[in-house]
Amino acid sequence: MYQIVEKKVLNEQVKLFRVKAPHVAKKAKPGQFIVLRVSDDGERIPLTIADYDREEGTITIIFQEVGATTAALGLLNEGDYIHDFAGPLGLASELEGIKKACVIGGGLGCAIAYPQAKALHNLGAKVDIIAGFRNKDIIILEDEMKAVCENLIICTDDGSNGRKNLVTNELEALLQAGEQYDVVIAIGPLVMMKFVCLTTKKYNVKTIVSMNPIMVDGTGMCGGCRLTVGGETKFACVDGPDFDGHLVDFDETIRRSKMYKKFEQEAMERHRCNLEEVINNA
Amino acid sequence: MPNMSQIKCPMPEQDPNVRNKNFKEVALGYTEEQAVEEAQRCLNCKARPCISGCPVNVQIPEFIQLIANRDFSAAAKKIKETSSLPAVCGRVCPQESQCESKCVRGRKGEPVAIGRLERFAADWSMANEKPEKLDIKKNGHKVAVVGAGPSGLTCAGDLANMGYDVTVFEAFHKPGGVLVYGIPEFRLPKAIVQREIDTLSDKGVKFELNYIVGKTGSIDELMKDDGFEAVYVGSGAGLPSFMNIPGENLNGVLSANEFLTRINLMKAYLPNNPTPVMVPKRAAIVGGGNVAMDAARCAKRIGAEEVYILYRRSEEEMPARNEEIHHAKEEGIIFKLLTAPTKILGNEDGWVTGVECVEMELGEPDASGRRRPVVKEGSEYTIDLDCVIMSIGTSPNPLIRSTTPDLETNRKGCIVAEEATGQTSKEGVFAGGDAVTGAATVILAMGAGKAAAAAMDKYIKSK
Repeated sequence: MYQIVEKKVLNEQVKLFRVKAPHVAKKAKPGQFIVLRVSDDGERIPLTIADYDREEGTITIIFQEVGATTAALGLLNEGDYIHDFAGPLGLASELEGIKKACVIGGGLGCAIAYPQAKALHNLGAKVDIIAGFRNKDIIILEDEMKAVCENLIICTDDGSNGRKNLVTNELEALLQAGEQYDVVIAIGPLVMMKFVCLTTKKYNVKTIVSMNPIMVDGTGMCGGCRLTVGGETKFACVDGPDFDGHLVDFDETIRRSKMYKKFEQEAMERHRCNLEEVINNA
Repeated sequence: MPNMSQIKCPMPEQDPNVRNKNFKEVALGYTEEQAVEEAQRCLNCKARPCISGCPVNVQIPEFIQLIANRDFSAAAKKIKETSSLPAVCGRVCPQESQCESKCVRGRKGEPVAIGRLERFAADWSMANEKPEKLDIKKNGHKVAVVGAGPSGLTCAGDLANMGYDVTVFEAFHKPGGVLVYGIPEFRLPKAIVQREIDTLSDKGVKFELNYIVGKTGSIDELMKDDGFEAVYVGSGAGLPSFMNIPGENLNGVLSANEFLTRINLMKAYLPNNPTPVMVPKRAAIVGGGNVAMDAARCAKRIGAEEVYILYRRSEEEMPARNEEIHHAKEEGIIFKLLTAPTKILGNEDGWVTGVECVEMELGEPDASGRRRPVVKEGSEYTIDLDCVIMSIGTSPNPLIRSTTPDLETNRKGCIVAEEATGQTSKEGVFAGGDAVTGAATVILAMGAGKAAAAAMDKYIKSK
């Protein structure tokens, strides 16, 4: 059992937990993920490690309530326990040697983009961050991101904060203006990552994306997370989650991300009564 | 007078058309009367060839005579002297190619039902006896076991009996390995696995769950930082193979591992469970092993209308247990033998719509000794489907070998270990089971765990 030592509500749907997991914290590196189960009969879900503290033995996770499991997770409070918490899984991001980077986060993706930017900043790299959100109400980690970069560009779909623009347009403007990046790191919805990669391809800038597909175990056992990279099948859990964005078959990945939609809804229906009971008793 | 019936006393089973809609155990086990009747078929012959067919050396004629004499408690005790998981083995061992294949009664008629009798004795003991309170003297030495599957559990049990302080590291949230994530409830009830694990806990074995050796900690760290004097690696063969044919990444194509793990370990078959699972209408399972049979029978049970087994050789070469093949057929699984998929077809949304197959014929024997299947020219045809489950084998996970540089592995990724002792190229590190042999059977993995436990004891005592 793994205790939640801190809980923060970042916006209505997005929550941050700091969880006591000394084994995981001892080894965690930016870019890796954990797999958790909320309760003994729960589903296994992967979440990227947003931060870690080796001395305190804690791992920070940031999640959005999108399904039955994340909704149940969101109901837990400081002092409560998460039933299972395994990791760190996947390969760490390769950040050494990068002098200048543009880190792009889309919505919840900022939760993972931020630690990457922070790690780069700590390694002495110059970092620009472009963060995109649907509207001002769901902006997360603004101060934290500002603290680890030269330029923070926030854009919203409706213009309610920052610029009314897409992250890809902002990126293209920077590249057109002659900004030279060693690497662009894009983390967010698959469609956003796909279009970032199409943009950077034109300017021939190396682009790393972080994939978070469907998986069960996170150790290479189920193969549910397979994707095509440069014509070869890879398992995101053990070969990733970071990949060269110019080689990823995004259309296939977007399609595969919908594999369990219908079955998830069925599972959600089955589970709803249980969940309502939990909420009513909370 | 021995019972000279040429056939085994039949074991009661759930009706095929009832059981293919539920996950309760298929074979119901012998009653005391049936067990005694079957035990009397054993001639108690001098040669005792059956024992040589058992990888853990169960004293078969002895325990069968005890059943015949109605001393069921002593029979169970006799089995437990050499086997740490009798209720499991009685259910999942391929007896027809092991002990029962050597039985002299098999020369004329069916061999003695050794597996069914083993199961009976183990179940009888579980139902009627309290676990013995063992007074084990601790020897003060710390050992680690990587993987809580059949091999690791056997090794851990033997080491605990010798007085070692044993910790088992398991990547999943539940111990049991393939016994809990792979083999379905209807073939091996999970309560039985749990009983075996509880027995180990009672002996003082500690389970460190959610700990992925190779990620959470390495073997070197276990030995240097955490003070384990020897390590047994029984991490299995968990990596699913795919065929590398077109269309394999379509939605609706999955590994048997994923399908079975969602259903068994994650309990997606139970109402109220949040784990989603694909419920196919028409599914094909590619492969002819026990895992393929399990996946097919699970697909049927969760509601698939039509389920096919596609296997490229003939029934004779199928690696699955005879009983599983027989049960699958009874439950309405359609066998397409000498058939190999060449391409998976999909619609514009990327979902499976069918599979293109070719028929095969058997040629000359290959390296495995089985006749090699060759494509029959012009035999292509298509089966309409919405789901394809790949069950063509698994290989060891690279997490341990990639983080343990001085651990020698072969080109298939299997750890190189001495057969008799499990000794690897790294001092103090022993290995066995599927991690060494590639995907094999529960009982072979247990045999390796047992041999390694003895070798580890010898190694530590000689240090």
